[in-house]
This record gives sequence, structure tokens and C-alpha cells, in this order.
Amino acid sequence: MPSPRYWREIPARFRLEAGRCPSCGKVVYPTRTLCPDCRTEGLEPVTLSRRGRVVTSTVIHVAPTEFQMEAPYAMALIETPEGARLMVQVADCDPGEIGPGTEVALEFRRIRREGHGGILCYGHKAVPVRPGTA
Amino acid sequence: MAGIVGYGAFIPRNRIKSEEIARQWGKDPTAIRRGLLLEEKSVPGIDEDTITISVEAGRYALERAGIDPRLVGALYIGSESHPYAVKPSGTVVAEALGLGTDLHVADFEFACKAGTEAMFVALNVVESGRAKFAMGIGADTSQGAPNDALEFSASAGGAAYVFGKDHLLVDVVETYSYTTDTPDFWRREGEFYPRHGGRFTGEPAYFKHVTSATRAILEKTGLKPGDFRYAVFHMPNGKFPLAAGKELGFRKEQLETGWIVNTMGNTYSGSSPTGLAAVLDVAAPDDLILITSFGSGAGSDSFVLRATALLPERRGRAPTVRSMLDGRRHYLTYGEYAKYREKIIVND
Amino acid sequence: MREVAIVGAGMTPFGELWESSLRDLFVDAALAALRDAGADRLDGIYVGNMSGGQFVGQEHVGPLMADHLGMRGVPSTRVESACASGGAALRAAFFEVASGASDLVLASGVEKMNDGADVTAVLASAADQEGEVYHGVTFPGLYALIARAHMATHGTTLEDLAAVSVKNHAHGALNPKAQFRQKVTVEQVMGSSMVADPLRLLHCSPVSDGAAAVLLCPLSRAREFTERPVKIRASGMATSAMALADRKDPAWLDAVNLAATRAYEMARLGPQDIHVAEVHDCFAIAELCVLEALCFTERGRAGEATRAGVTSLGGRIPINTSGGLKSKGHPVGATGIAQAIEIVEQLRGEAGERQVKGAAVGLTQNMGGSGASSVVHILERV
Repeated sequence: MPSPRYWREIPARFRLEAGRCPSCGKVVYPTRTLCPDCRTEGLEPVTLSRRGRVVTSTVIHVAPTEFQMEAPYAMALIETPEGARLMVQVADCDPGEIGPGTEVALEFRRIRREGHGGILCYGHKAVPVRPGTA
Repeated sequence: MAGIVGYGAFIPRNRIKSEEIARQWGKDPTAIRRGLLLEEKSVPGIDEDTITISVEAGRYALERAGIDPRLVGALYIGSESHPYAVKPSGTVVAEALGLGTDLHVADFEFACKAGTEAMFVALNVVESGRAKFAMGIGADTSQGAPNDALEFSASAGGAAYVFGKDHLLVDVVETYSYTTDTPDFWRREGEFYPRHGGRFTGEPAYFKHVTSATRAILEKTGLKPGDFRYAVFHMPNGKFPLAAGKELGFRKEQLETGWIVNTMGNTYSGSSPTGLAAVLDVAAPDDLILITSFGSGAGSDSFVLRATALLPERRGRAPTVRSMLDGRRHYLTYGEYAKYREKIIVND
Repeated sequence: MREVAIVGAGMTPFGELWESSLRDLFVDAALAALRDAGADRLDGIYVGNMSGGQFVGQEHVGPLMADHLGMRGVPSTRVESACASGGAALRAAFFEVASGASDLVLASGVEKMNDGADVTAVLASAADQEGEVYHGVTFPGLYALIARAHMATHGTTLEDLAAVSVKNHAHGALNPKAQFRQKVTVEQVMGSSMVADPLRLLHCSPVSDGAAAVLLCPLSRAREFTERPVKIRASGMATSAMALADRKDPAWLDAVNLAATRAYEMARLGPQDIHVAEVHDCFAIAELCVLEALCFTERGRAGEATRAGVTSLGGRIPINTSGGLKSKGHPVGATGIAQAIEIVEQLRGEAGERQVKGAAVGLTQNMGGSGASSVVHILERV
């Protein structure tokens, strides 16, 4: 992962910064130049809540090289209260327990490493929420 | 004096029992548990490190403080397992916490003392007037070499403290630091595991510094052990902090709440800071609290703190240390533990 | 626009073709197509190829292939739309001939996947790099997310998925060019190793080398080259959101539906008029979603239709008589053209044991990535 390409995504990955269309209200994550629904320019900054619900999920068994030590791991499409959707791994869970409607919190995690000598890349993963626990 | 306006801790959810490690190396689990007073320890996931732990602890600290993150003028992170050898942990954490660019950042190391060190500097930056708020974090994911005593204790976790001048949750009454050059535990550049001097890490290292620092701060403040409601000492294993506390004249009841090592393990730079957080989770207004850390090399930072009336109001904003220790957790086999801790040789 | 016909077709077998390089594969297929048509010159070449660069380090594929085909000087362009590269190449060739700009254009596709590249990583470059691949999802993972959504919304079952693989292998067993010519049972599919839950190894198309080519010319000149031309009656293409997170319903392939709607409109036909079709079954769930997006079945009902034999040889609308991507193989850039070749053979009456009796109108549907692009062609016997 070349540094500039990683660095550019820091606001979106580290702080869940998104954009809200001033015209149709759509929340776009990550933000873009144009609203994908109505092509309005000038999306307003909005930060997503660090929680959401699973829309759909899977468990990756055959993983890409960089993720082999973590396999099998769950991946999910999460929808936040703002109506944005994002794809994240689901950590600290029994992958089999994740399904549509699972409530999750978004926690800061190291997503990948570039081998032994390259940069460390961070972002968020989902963690299932259960009543009465941290 | 400035004081603590927010605090937070984070402990990873994976665990391994002392028994499981003992079984791996053909040791007697009962003897280990009795000798070290360790039941289990936290294990960081493959995707967790000092930076991720610092972010989560920092988020909770900011929630309790209830301040705009951009008002934080300095961030210091102390660890002996910073993810990079060169490139700060602090900048990643600062971006994730949204502290803005108007910020002084530095990473600290001093074995297990780096956390209280970061807190000490943050406190002083605020006290001097250089920043309205400053954050000091102690977090670690340190390694214990296979089949070494430290493998039973080296664990992962951290705590974050925001310092300010108003709306204090905890007053800082006094600080004191005691330092000598004592090579009891070290890691050379490029080495994967630290090394230590066995029994030399006891009397001449841990006990000498912890007791010297504590006696000095008691003298400086004119306080006696009996004046305190709580005392927290660095916890390299279950036995040392209890023995130090006893030697200094503290009773078990004063030590209990902050003594979380038996199920957390030794989170190194996070150890006494997290013990302190466990105390703050329950302390009553006006309770006096002592914390003395220890970092090999060697040194101890001591703080005398007093809880304020605001503490019980604010602490409910984030999870308690006990809820993380006793809540949802996942026990690993030694093989899984070795995989997560990268003790298994793999092809590039 | 002029009417356009396919007058020649040729393809390599699909599989692990160790002896053949990227350029060897192309030349074999292209020569076979030219010879099938008895043609010895070309006005243009389009080469569908997802990633010569990532698989074998080779970009600038258009001129390379023209050169090795002995066609130096001929305009030749690589067309890329991930796994829809072949279909997109066909579409480009179609419009060039239809516009009157050229008479003889070769629409081809080629992929060399087995030369040691990290195939998982290369295929993942068809997905959203920053939002999806960064986080560790794989190509099968994306379709697994789609499968789980389809199962939750419509009650599609694991048996429905297995039925697709079983059917396509049964068809592929009859195809001499197929990578896998053995049948599989539902038990074998359900017992194969897990790739991304719920997709198992036998729900997933393989990694393949191969090439395919068809020669296009104006319908008015078709008889110069063949007794049995096949007309390209329509071409439709559409795109949709790249990231699954940006689609309203992860279980609905709107690019496929839109491409099909455009093709049906251009042809002035409907799904009920199609006799046989080749669709993009990169994973078993893809075939089910595509059947619904093409309006061959009602939304949510494709699984039950497959189990009932509606889409098998002998059924109401045989799908993937070639064996589909699953059994025939999926050299990515070549697939869209190979789909056209199967339909051409069906419409010419040359499909042997795979022949759908009386097939006069066929459809091909090619798709890129997790469905962000799709190309649909409707072909007709002349």
C-alpha cells in the first residue's frame, strides 16, 4: 500500500467522515465530489456514529495473503444510524453468530500491514454489542 | 494544580489461562498460579496494538471529559511496544481521536513506567499553561518469551488520562519521581523478546524504586498510608504489588480494587494506569488515592490524587474496567495465542 | 445502423494450459475463427482482457495480439470491464461494424491466469479497492454477502445453490472444450471445502487459461463467409454502484436488469422470446440473481426454478448449456466471447449433445466484478 493512497483515506477510515447531500439528504460514505443519487456538488461534512446494524454478512475462509493469519473471519455490510453503509470485518466474535440485524459497535483496529517493513494501515472493525458488557 | 478531567481504559477481549500456558511447557499450573497469583491474562487480537488500544481508551477518556477534542493541545503515549520503531504512535491516535493539527505529540518509553510518564508530562503541560488540555496514555501489547516466567504475565491493555484545570474529576495533589540506572529488564534494538535479570528484578529493582518513591511522596505531603482510601502499584505479577503495599504499611482493603493483575496480566505501561482507572470507577468524592508505577531501567512515578464530587457524575459515560475484565471474553488455546502473538514462524 | 452478423467462431479449450502463453492462446482462438469464416483480412480487432498486466505483466495487449496474428497495421484495442471484458469487446466490435466504419472486425477475449500470479488479489482488483478490498473481502466473499442477502430476503437455500453447480457440470460434461467434464452431485457440492460462507469450492468457477474469438461483418456480406450466419440483434450495457455497500438491495443485480432491458428494447423482444442463454455464473448465486435480473424468473424464485429443471437442457429455458463458467471454465476476458460462441453453435444447430431443439433466439449475459457492469447481447438465427 503506497503511503499517499493510504494517507488520503485517513479522515474517512480513522474518523468515519462522510458527506451529506444538501439537496436530497443522502449520506455518502466515504464522501465524494458528486452525490451519487442527484449529482449535486458540495456535500456537507458529517461524521458517522460508531455503531450500526448488520445488513448482510459472510465468513471468509480462503483469505487474501495479507489476512491469512486472521482467517476465518466474518465480514459484514453495516448500516449506521445516519443511513450510510460500509463494509468491515467483524472482530471479537464467533463468526457464526453474525447475521442480519446484529447490533455492532465500530472499534479502531489495525486492518493490514505491508509485510515486515511497510506501513501499518488502520481503520475500523465491527464488534457485536451485547447488553451489560463493554 | 491541574488534575484529571477524563479517564478511560481498554482491555482486549481475548484471554489465555495460566493453566493453558503451564500445560504447554509441562509446568505445574497450581504452582504457577500460587507463585505468581495469576489466573489469566489478556491477549491482543492480531489486529490490536498499542495504537488501537490507545484510541479506544482515549475515546472513553474524552467522553468522560466531555470536551471538544480539538481543545487538547498535547498527546503523549507511553509504551514499550510502539508499533513502529520510527514513526510515532501518537500521530495515528491523534488523527483517530480528531484532536486537530494544533497539537504537540511525543511517544515515550521507559519499560512499564512509560504510561505514568506520559501522564506526568501531560499534567505539567497543562499546569504550565501551555495547553488547556493534554492527554497522557499508557498502553502495551508486550511480549513474553516462550517458556519464560514473563509469558504468564505479559498482556495487553491501556488507559488514557485527560488533564485540565477546571471541572476536575480527580485533583492531583502531588507528584514524585525516583530514578536510578538499574539494568533489571531490557530489550535491545531488533530483538523480538525482552530479557531480564531473574531475581534481580525484585529487591534492587521493583521494590527499591516503588518503596522509595512512595515513601518520598508520603514525606513530601505529610500523609500516612492510613490516610488513603486506595493504593495502586505497578503489577508485574500478582505477588509484588501486594508485598510492596504491605511493606509500606497499606492494608489489603486499600489494595484490592486496583489489584486487577490476576485476570488482566501485566499490561506494562498500562498496568498501574489501568489499576487507577479501576479505582476511579468506584472512588467516592474526597477519597485519597496513591499510585506508584515502576519501569525497569529503572524508575517509579508516584502521584497522590483526590477524587472530586464530579467523578461519580461523569464516570458512567464510558465502560468500567471491571466490565471489561469480567464481561464478554474469549479463551484461547496456546496455539491460537502463539498465532496471535506471532510466535509462529511463517513464510513472508 | 447496419445489421451485423457473426460469421466465424473459434476458441481454445479452457483449463490449465501450461504450454500456451497469453499470446499463444489468442492466436489459437483467432486463427480458428478466421479459418471458420474463411477470412484472411481484418479491419479491426478488439481484445477483451481483464488484466494482462497483473497476471503476466503485459499491458498494450491490443497491438501485441495484432502483431502475433500477422495483422500488423490493423487497429487493435484492449477492452476492459473486469469479467465483462469479453462482452464489452463484442459490443465495441458490433458498433464499429454497425456504424459502417468497418466491415471485418474480430471480437476476442483472452486471459492467462495460471502463470503464478496471486489470482485472489488480481480478481479482487475488480472490486472497490478502498472500501472493500482494503478491509479483507475477497471476490467469493462479495458473492457470499450477496448469497446471504438473497437467502435472507427470498428464502433461497443451500440446495438451490448446489442445484446450479450440478446442472452446469451435467451440461459441461457434454462440452469437449470444458475445463471440467465430470458431473457432480449435490452431496459433493455441499461437502466441498468452504471458501466464503455459504459458498463452497464447488459453487465457485475455477481459475482458467483460454481464449475465444468471433468474426463480425455486416449481415449483407455474411454469405461470403458462412452458410449459417448469426445476427446480433441487440446489445445492451449498464453499470451500477461499484461497492456492495452502495446498492439498495445487495441481492439485486441492477446493472444486469438495466442492460437486459436495453437489449430487449433494442431487439423488440422479451424474456419469453429467448430459447437459450449463457449467463455469468462466476458463483452459483450469481446465476440465480442473474436469472431474476434477466426476468427469466420472478424475483426470488430462481432457486426453485433451477431445482425444478426449468433451466436444464430439456427445460423451458436452458441456461449455460456450455457448462457455464463453473464447468466450462472462466478465463476472465475470454468468457464473454465464449458465451457468444455457445449461442452461435446453438443457433447454427451445431451444439451436438448440448443442442436445444429449434433454438432460434439466444441471449448472452456477461458481468464484471460483483455486478458493477453487465453486457447483454441477443443473437438470432438468420
